[in-house]
Amino acid sequence: MAAATLPGFSIHEFLREEREKDLLRFSTAGSVDDGKSTLIGRLLYDTQSVYEDQVRSIEGKGTTAPGQLDFALLTDGLRAEREQGITIDVAYRYFSTARRKFIIADTPGHEQYTRNMATGASTADAAVVLIDATKGVLVQSRRHAYIASLLRVRHVLVAVNKMDLVGFDEAAFRTSERDFAAVLDRIAEDTGTPVETTFVPVSALIGDNIVHRSRAMPWYGGPTLLQLLESVPASDEARFAPLRFPVQRVLRPDHTFRGFAGQIASGAVRHGDTVTIASSGRTATVNRIVTWNGDLAEAHAPLSVTLVLDQELDISRGDLIVAHDELPVLSKSIKASMVWMDQHPLDLRRRYLLKHTTRTVPAFVTSIDHRANIHTLSHEPAKTLEMNSIGVLNLSLLQPIAVDLYRANRSTGSFILIDPITNSTVAAGMITAASDRTQAATDRRSPVTAPERVARFGHRGGVLELIGPHTIIDQIERSLFDQGAITVRINHEAPSLTQPIVDAGLIALVVSATETNTLKALVETHEITVDSDDLHDAVSAVHRLLTKSGIFVSGKADHP
Amino acid sequence: MPVAESESRPLSPTSVGHRPRLSHLRLLEAESIHIIREVASEFERPVMLYSIGKDSSVMLRLAQKAFCPGPIPFPLLHIDTGFKFREMLVFRDEMARSVGAELLVWRNEPAIAAGTNPIVLDTKRCCGLLKTQALLDALRHYKFDAAFGGARRDEEKSRAKERIYSFRDEAGQWDPKNQRPELWNLYNARIHPGQSIRVFPLSNWTEIDVWQYIHEEKIPVVDLYFAKERPMYVRGDALLPIEQDFVALPGEKPQSVKSRLRSLGCSPCTGAIRSDAQTIPDIIAELLSFRSSERANRVIDHDQEGSMEIKKREGYF
Repeated sequence: MAAATLPGFSIHEFLREEREKDLLRFSTAGSVDDGKSTLIGRLLYDTQSVYEDQVRSIEGKGTTAPGQLDFALLTDGLRAEREQGITIDVAYRYFSTARRKFIIADTPGHEQYTRNMATGASTADAAVVLIDATKGVLVQSRRHAYIASLLRVRHVLVAVNKMDLVGFDEAAFRTSERDFAAVLDRIAEDTGTPVETTFVPVSALIGDNIVHRSRAMPWYGGPTLLQLLESVPASDEARFAPLRFPVQRVLRPDHTFRGFAGQIASGAVRHGDTVTIASSGRTATVNRIVTWNGDLAEAHAPLSVTLVLDQELDISRGDLIVAHDELPVLSKSIKASMVWMDQHPLDLRRRYLLKHTTRTVPAFVTSIDHRANIHTLSHEPAKTLEMNSIGVLNLSLLQPIAVDLYRANRSTGSFILIDPITNSTVAAGMITAASDRTQAATDRRSPVTAPERVARFGHRGGVLELIGPHTIIDQIERSLFDQGAITVRINHEAPSLTQPIVDAGLIALVVSATETNTLKALVETHEITVDSDDLHDAVSAVHRLLTKSGIFVSGKADHP
Repeated sequence: MPVAESESRPLSPTSVGHRPRLSHLRLLEAESIHIIREVASEFERPVMLYSIGKDSSVMLRLAQKAFCPGPIPFPLLHIDTGFKFREMLVFRDEMARSVGAELLVWRNEPAIAAGTNPIVLDTKRCCGLLKTQALLDALRHYKFDAAFGGARRDEEKSRAKERIYSFRDEAGQWDPKNQRPELWNLYNARIHPGQSIRVFPLSNWTEIDVWQYIHEEKIPVVDLYFAKERPMYVRGDALLPIEQDFVALPGEKPQSVKSRLRSLGCSPCTGAIRSDAQTIPDIIAELLSFRSSERANRVIDHDQEGSMEIKKREGYF
């Protein structure tokens, strides 16, 4: 029956074509009245990506003239949004053409949604920036272009919309084009990332130059928006960068198999390659590249595979397996462009958790170079960052991570910050510089090495945060001492204080006394909450936590 | 061990330069496997919701791939409303056996014993008891802190805004205005005790992607998806399959109709469609010619404006 409704259609031909299609992710941003939702609705409708029941559900609704569909209604998902006529979150849309599959990250355009724009741009290969031809370049367009550039979205397609309202006038289009090109140049200077830009005059409302070529603008001989989307290259820089393979999990189903499961973040790995474990510098040879569909001779980003090495090295989740001849930087001191995303502003005294690839480490923001003003494209001094502001910051990490710069590698150059108390994702970071202060470099300065300290103390350096009644906190400190652990109790944390304690291999007890009858204990990524009625129970839970998080490394200071 | 020439068939790539470009299905597969491994590694007690449908079947295969050659390191959970098609339950048990995964089945027994059904109650309250309540009870009972679901963003408007990691509070509820930002492939897995996340590894798959993957990977699916002569009650445009406790209207008689199910729900609330599609390519061809979305025959999405969003806020997948 299907074939009958589509003359000349061959399902086998279709399936063959499908197999050849690639995938392009692009972001859009826009606000209430610049026509973004209409543009996306039009793109979906004209590529036959909406079903009749969905079209029927919006017929006769919305704000358009009688008989005209309000395409914006196809995309506004949440009740609050439909009621208020605004878009408040990132929504993902899907459509495909004969050449490509597309994923749209559809984001709101106002300043208070900068974080949503950054989220949408983080995985995008291209960005569609809207300009309202009746208004010229507004701050929303500028903000979206800035964020696209900051997040290294390579291709910016500028849709100059509402051409029907300016009489399809070429001069109006050229003015927008000239003004925005100047803005883009200044943005590229600021972010250090040039973008490839193409302008196209469109009317989303009547569908001109979206999918179908406009008859009203014969002066425009370029491609339609869809033709542009079909032809921009999908990001392939990850495939040609050096091998980076963050270990997600060690697979050990039985004693004959030990493999490292992960998704190749960049580059390629071949059977027989020599690879290095970034944290230890040890090397090994790739014996097998295991997948369900059989072993591979070669695999490249972004495939998910399992590597088997020829040697029994100490490798666990959070390690990075890399090309032996192109190493990342092991660093505890990084500089990054950051977008602040949380309602609580950045606090320079607080310790955050930094998640980078599959590794999470405690980190402080030690200083702020500047905050970026997107309106004026100038840099301002700042004491903090508030929600939706962007700045360049310096961070100090309590343990080293293996990084590349974001401009060289989107995966190993990016991170998020998590508030360990609220568990919110508070910021996104793009690494712009990393100093090579590795453990080895630290050890060179010190006559005592980290392994020597571990051998003496029975534990490595770390932070144990305790929130609860002081009686039980005292009890925990006492029991750690009795066990031979060396702790330093601090009431107010500061990077200048915590970092030397941890570097010296000691345990910093960060203490907040409360009147509650529960105790919360946090070590890096692990957290427990225990009832403090049973003192003995609470104390041993904290000891188990220190073992589980790897602070206690041997029998000496292990839990009883 | 056999070593393939390049990336494995059958999802063949086209070649660009000396490194082959991955097809969209390979990209989606790699992303989903990454998500499944992250959750298994960062949560204490994950579980995979297994609903027997096509999306669950794909998700289950991806879980097998994620941990191969090892076993799936978490159990499967089926929420049985008591209204599932008999063929589905047979298929479910066979599937769990062949995959070698632990299968947990949870039913809201008090509600089932009390005769809860969508005709006596409305569909909204029926779903609330037999699906949402049962799910929340099961998650609490087993203390699961992460639950995989096969939902896709292209299914429904409010799902388009779901994160991959969908954070739920102590009561299992979703707050769409307070979702964590999700950048790159860095997922924030931190939760307080009692909270949980729902995880959607198939977020970026479309209905066609799912069928094509089933075709390419030869994944078994329930026979109800394929067209056959089946006895049906014909009510207006709707075809209602005859299953347990079906209540016919006065004068209604079943007819034999060549039909199939497009999505598998509870028998009283899932209509069949007239179809000749007997193979997966037939189904894909039929989908391409369709002018209505797959959930159009699911009564529960339409009981009121924004109903999926309301269900999700209450704890539904």
